[in-house]
Amino acid sequence: MEKDVLILGIGNLLWADEGFGVRCVEQLNTTYDFPHNVTLLDGGTQGLYLVQYVQRADIMVVFDAIDYGLEPGTIKVIEGDDVPKFMGAKKMSLHQTGFQEVLMTAQFAGGYPSELVLIGVQPEAIEDFGGSLRDCVKNQIQPALAIALDYLNERGVVISKKSDQDNAEVPDLAPNQLNIDVYEAGRPAEAEAYRHGDVRFIPNAINTHDGEA
Amino acid sequence: MTIPLNVSGLDNSGRRIVVDPVTRIEGHMRCEVNVDSNNVIRNAVSTGTMWRGLEVILKGRDPRDAWAFVERICGVCTGCHALTSVRAVEDALGIEIPYNAHLIRHLMDKALNIHDHIVHFYHLHALDWVNPVNALKADPKATSELQMMVSPAHPKSSPGYFRDVQNRLKKFIESGQLGLFANGYWDNPAYRMPPAADLMAVAHYLEALDLQKEIVKVHTIFGGKNPHPNYLVGGVACAINLDDVGAAGAPVNMTSLNFVLERIREAQDFTKNVYIPDVLAIAGIYKDWLYGGGLSATNVLSYGTHTVVPGDKSTDLLPAGAIVNGNWNEIHPVDVRDPNEVQEFVDHSWYEYGDGQTGLHPWDGDTTPKFELGPNTKGTKTDIKELDEAHKYSWIKAPRWKGHPMEVGPLPRYIIAYNSGREYVIDQVDRSLSAFKQATGSDVGLKPFLTSTIGRTLARALDCELCVDSMVDDWHALIKNIKNGDSSTANVEKWDPSTWPKEAKGVGINEAPRGALGHWIKIKDGKIENYQAVVPTTWNGSPRDSEGNIGSFEASLLNTPVERPEEPVEILRTLHSFDPCLACSTHVMSEDGEEMSRVKVR
Repeated sequence: MEKDVLILGIGNLLWADEGFGVRCVEQLNTTYDFPHNVTLLDGGTQGLYLVQYVQRADIMVVFDAIDYGLEPGTIKVIEGDDVPKFMGAKKMSLHQTGFQEVLMTAQFAGGYPSELVLIGVQPEAIEDFGGSLRDCVKNQIQPALAIALDYLNERGVVISKKSDQDNAEVPDLAPNQLNIDVYEAGRPAEAEAYRHGDVRFIPNAINTHDGEA
Repeated sequence: MTIPLNVSGLDNSGRRIVVDPVTRIEGHMRCEVNVDSNNVIRNAVSTGTMWRGLEVILKGRDPRDAWAFVERICGVCTGCHALTSVRAVEDALGIEIPYNAHLIRHLMDKALNIHDHIVHFYHLHALDWVNPVNALKADPKATSELQMMVSPAHPKSSPGYFRDVQNRLKKFIESGQLGLFANGYWDNPAYRMPPAADLMAVAHYLEALDLQKEIVKVHTIFGGKNPHPNYLVGGVACAINLDDVGAAGAPVNMTSLNFVLERIREAQDFTKNVYIPDVLAIAGIYKDWLYGGGLSATNVLSYGTHTVVPGDKSTDLLPAGAIVNGNWNEIHPVDVRDPNEVQEFVDHSWYEYGDGQTGLHPWDGDTTPKFELGPNTKGTKTDIKELDEAHKYSWIKAPRWKGHPMEVGPLPRYIIAYNSGREYVIDQVDRSLSAFKQATGSDVGLKPFLTSTIGRTLARALDCELCVDSMVDDWHALIKNIKNGDSSTANVEKWDPSTWPKEAKGVGINEAPRGALGHWIKIKDGKIENYQAVVPTTWNGSPRDSEGNIGSFEASLLNTPVERPEEPVEILRTLHSFDPCLACSTHVMSEDGEEMSRVKVR
């Protein structure tokens, strides 16, 4: 029987490098063609609400930004049973608590991928609300995708690049206002929108915190 | 003994217990309490992380796009922020949406509430009452009999079914992956359910998991996809053509509408035959554990929701209003635009106002952050052992309505609806109280029953029932309107920014699953000039104010006895009953430290 494949990007695209996972599946969606047994999913920070997708998958690839304590931009690949253990050991952000629980819930309820790989990258910055990926993390999107495609290829899931004419017709995974280029280009300047807090409470912030990234 | 709602009635001389982080919630929260020599909570301190505001991502962007960004600020509050956002923009620009869009938004909003309530109860809150390890001791036959007694209409009730669930649970726990149930206090006497009931609840945990994935399909039909369904300023992001037979991406047709009705029916069966009976069964077993009411007995606030006649708030199924000082006979009107009603105080928050300023409306801030710890703090700025709540102690502000601290959420919605004479609600509440009386022989009266931790949990279940039942009405109204020849789903008259005034401002309000939510927007030259939100957990998680009045979380913990102070079962039970969500906030407590060292391993 044909295997169900889930390629899942998780994280919050509003939190700088936290958006790595979501940006990976966005990139896959625009540049590759997928057979019908492959689901691409922008999981955001949905946590437990993702459990049914995990339960349905035979093979699962997860992209995420994870704090390994390595150099920013380092890719780390974790497979199989190490994935849930790993995601519980070092919780960097909100959704990771959630995702470990998703895996365990799927295990308990029944329906768990027989093959599972987590392709993570060490973030440089996450405390930057409204920011995008830092260069060292953005530069790892293509290498991360290559790892995923090889992993799937070894398991008989063949994925090819889109031809130019296909490209025009691809439906977006997320509303196009959130596409990385639009998102980055539309970001308010720091002088206009203070990035470190709620302006109602810090209207003088721009003056007093000038120059801080 | 009445619950003290002011610092003057608190006693912090006893042993201090720190719970950090509070688990099974979205976001980060910390709680500290003092217990007396009888292990009764006599002082409670709740602190949370900073809400960063939406201006940082939205300023200068197209107002028509705001919903897509706010949908991402939190993993569990996606749709309620998106809906509130499009309402704020429509309010600013004077856009009226078509009747079909009004109904479809109801269907999407209610599906979200149902989804959120069911997942909250079974997957985040049930383990505060239910002991899964104890379920291993159950006789499946006894569970079967219990199931048939509490809910004769529920088909999954055979001994074999419960035996299978028990075996699955046994295998899971024996595999060493206690996982989901790790960090529980499973031998704590605060757990009172008999094994048969625990096993029934574990089975329903699994059934709820199956149900939740069905109800969200309503979002896929009307919002194009899930997670992260699409919203639209001026209406909804789907077209209608009843006779269409098309595939994915095609207009909503009769087949997809029938599919929606099936999902509603399923959720209706589950809510009436499983969810509500489970909450009532727990209430019966914990019949003398009517703690946790806190502020709900005195001060509650709702913005009102589920407006039947578009534009007429008096037709809200759950009406807007405020009750103060426990006077259920007087419902005050609420105006979110009035600068003297909703105000935020920062006496105990890590901010500072200018000279002579106390409470400020969300639009009028004049402060800077001020992270400083009181002299009685134990620990350091980067490693706080015990907070000094007599001084500043939280990044959460203290919102007040006309100076009063208020509880928000399903229970406040229900208290206001009940006292506003909404018959459907009165019937639900009275039915629940009489079921409780019948099961326990205990006649405590409505107010002590409802204004408690279990009452808060029950109100959420009743809110879920109101949503499923009224979805059926919305569905029929939608079909009728379409069959009358109206297939319009969006009003695009003012889609083009050239039709907008040079400057406009508006407010969108909603009752999110966890309470009153408001988004305030200012538009200038076709772009967002300012965007602010006040979220439900800011109300409930509020610290003290200038008058020393305490917030909802804090009030709810007072006078509660704890079995074992080192195992905060009772504290988690009550805090979880609010369904707290602190995700619209930063990751950390302290302003100190380098960027990456802010990442804390917990």
